[in-house]
Amino acid sequence: MSQNDKNMLKWNQIFQKILDSAARYLMMGFVVLFLFGIILLITGKDPIQSYKDILTSTLGSQYGFSEVIVTMTPMLITALAVALPTRIGLINIGGEGQLYMGALLATWGALTFETLPVWALVPLMGLLGIIGGALWAFIPGILKSLGLVNETIATLLLNLVAPSIVAYFVFGFWHSPMDTNKTPNFVDAAQLPTFFNSRIDLSFFIALVLLAIFWYLMKYTRWGLEMRAIGGNPQAAKRNGLPINKYWVIVLCIGGAIAGLAGAAQVSGFYGVLLVNFSRSLGYMGFLISWLSFGDPIGIFITSFVVSVIITGGNMLQLTIGIPYAVINILLALTLFVVLAKPTFLKRITI
Amino acid sequence: MTLLSILGMISSAIFSGTSLLYTTLGETIHQRSGIVNLGLEGVMLISASSGFAVTAITGNPYLGVFIAMMAGGIMNMILGFLVVTRRANQLASGLALMFFGFGLSAIIGKPYVGTRINALPRLNLPGLSSLPRLYSSLFKFDFLIILVIPAAFFVWWLLFRTRWGLGLRAVGESADTAFASGRSPFLIRYQALFLGGMLTGLGAAHLSIAYTINWTEYMTGGRGFIAVALVIFSKWHPLRAILGALLFSGAVAFQLLLQSSGVQISPFLLDTIPYILTLLVLIVWGGARRHAAPASLGRIYQGVE
Repeated sequence: MSQNDKNMLKWNQIFQKILDSAARYLMMGFVVLFLFGIILLITGKDPIQSYKDILTSTLGSQYGFSEVIVTMTPMLITALAVALPTRIGLINIGGEGQLYMGALLATWGALTFETLPVWALVPLMGLLGIIGGALWAFIPGILKSLGLVNETIATLLLNLVAPSIVAYFVFGFWHSPMDTNKTPNFVDAAQLPTFFNSRIDLSFFIALVLLAIFWYLMKYTRWGLEMRAIGGNPQAAKRNGLPINKYWVIVLCIGGAIAGLAGAAQVSGFYGVLLVNFSRSLGYMGFLISWLSFGDPIGIFITSFVVSVIITGGNMLQLTIGIPYAVINILLALTLFVVLAKPTFLKRITI
Repeated sequence: MTLLSILGMISSAIFSGTSLLYTTLGETIHQRSGIVNLGLEGVMLISASSGFAVTAITGNPYLGVFIAMMAGGIMNMILGFLVVTRRANQLASGLALMFFGFGLSAIIGKPYVGTRINALPRLNLPGLSSLPRLYSSLFKFDFLIILVIPAAFFVWWLLFRTRWGLGLRAVGESADTAFASGRSPFLIRYQALFLGGMLTGLGAAHLSIAYTINWTEYMTGGRGFIAVALVIFSKWHPLRAILGALLFSGAVAFQLLLQSSGVQISPFLLDTIPYILTLLVLIVWGGARRHAAPASLGRIYQGVE
């Protein structure tokens, strides 16, 4: 066989693979739409029209598309906060708590240094967010490396503590004269710059940069290789002289720092104010997205995009045909169910 | 502070702790069989809403409780299909189930927001009827409260005194070994999920049909996650779960006590006490084997091909 033939064969295989996975995702999509269609029919809505509305209201208009980007931004970041520790074999389910602590510290910065100019205040808030998230992740990290508490349990417990701490500060000290459940609106200098005449803010580009850095680190650096080695077999890595306890703490802290940054970006960009219970499970969503995309940066981007289309489309649907917003959670959950169940019929139809 | 206010707090602690204990017992059964169910929040919401809806339609709270129980079991079958049959990741599947519960419960409950229903009747305990009405009314409990401690003992008996429970715990420790000794990990995990789901449903039914007697979206307010924490706190033991539930509802009562006596301490900080205490308890145990979780908790049983 000549070199040329070999290349042809290789490309054929790659092409085949792409075709296979395209067919697979298409089938999955149909299953989801079918199941959700049944639910829509039961509630007395026209499924075809609803799907059309979801698509046209998100991908069909400039405003809708920008809203999809806005929705997916925190998911990209919180998914990364999970994906990085996963590489080293740590299950960080604590994105939710780390996000809250990041938002808390960033808000403190916004309220304390409100006279600073925007080029100083926004980076300061980002930094405080990073510190807040990292500190919150340091607790499970150190407990794990001392062999005391499993990181899954510790991060889960700390998730339940963080929103109460935020509520304590907002209700106790920071609330605005009008509303007891939120701070006064931040000064302009504490708000992330927005682009394209939409609500897309700087944090979207930060998220993209972070994803790119993550991809590069994992693929091309010694650090990424060592992390994968520890994730693959901690005992073997230890015998080869890798300081795995140190890695555990540091990587979990970096994960926390990333989630904290997402929190800072939410209060500084999306809301411009700190609300009690603002997150609506963003941290858990990040966990799901990271897991569904196997921690792969491109996968994270695509999965976040699809989830955001569903959520944004659902928001619009709520306005137009008046289904409760929570119904979108059903569409989302059905999508997740189908992906998690890895249906076997897909194997049969692929060539 | 009067005797009445103290008794009132104890009464409210019992009412709020009941749903928590049922749910914790359910999760104890799941986790003893090796499955972490993070979707409890969603399961509770669906049970609470469907139980409430059925009570509103039929006027019969007992039927509502029954439906809530069944709804809990059936919801868990979705999780069972994903994590047992399809071998999906347990944490991710649980979270997906939670989102499903958020959505479906909102649809089920939407027509009944603000509806008045026949609440589960509260029974007069013998001996208390001689007390002044103001006092005795505090301790008129419905049958779910009366049965919650016996339920904990029942779960304990089931897990530690029956062959079925032995098999269930064996599956939770090592599914392969259990399989080799002639048990079916698949079947046992499905059974554990169904039973646990029914207990979760009871807890949710108590919340919507007996305690708050209304339906609002997200009414469980994190109780599902609290139950997961309590299971860890109680070292996967149903009788210690009673203690855990008391601790949590005690913190709630303590909060009310402090407020009524004029001590200024934020209820939000008090909210965090049970979690911090759980974490501290875990630290004190220090990962020693005898305090450890079931060994194959969260692992996927691949089965024999």
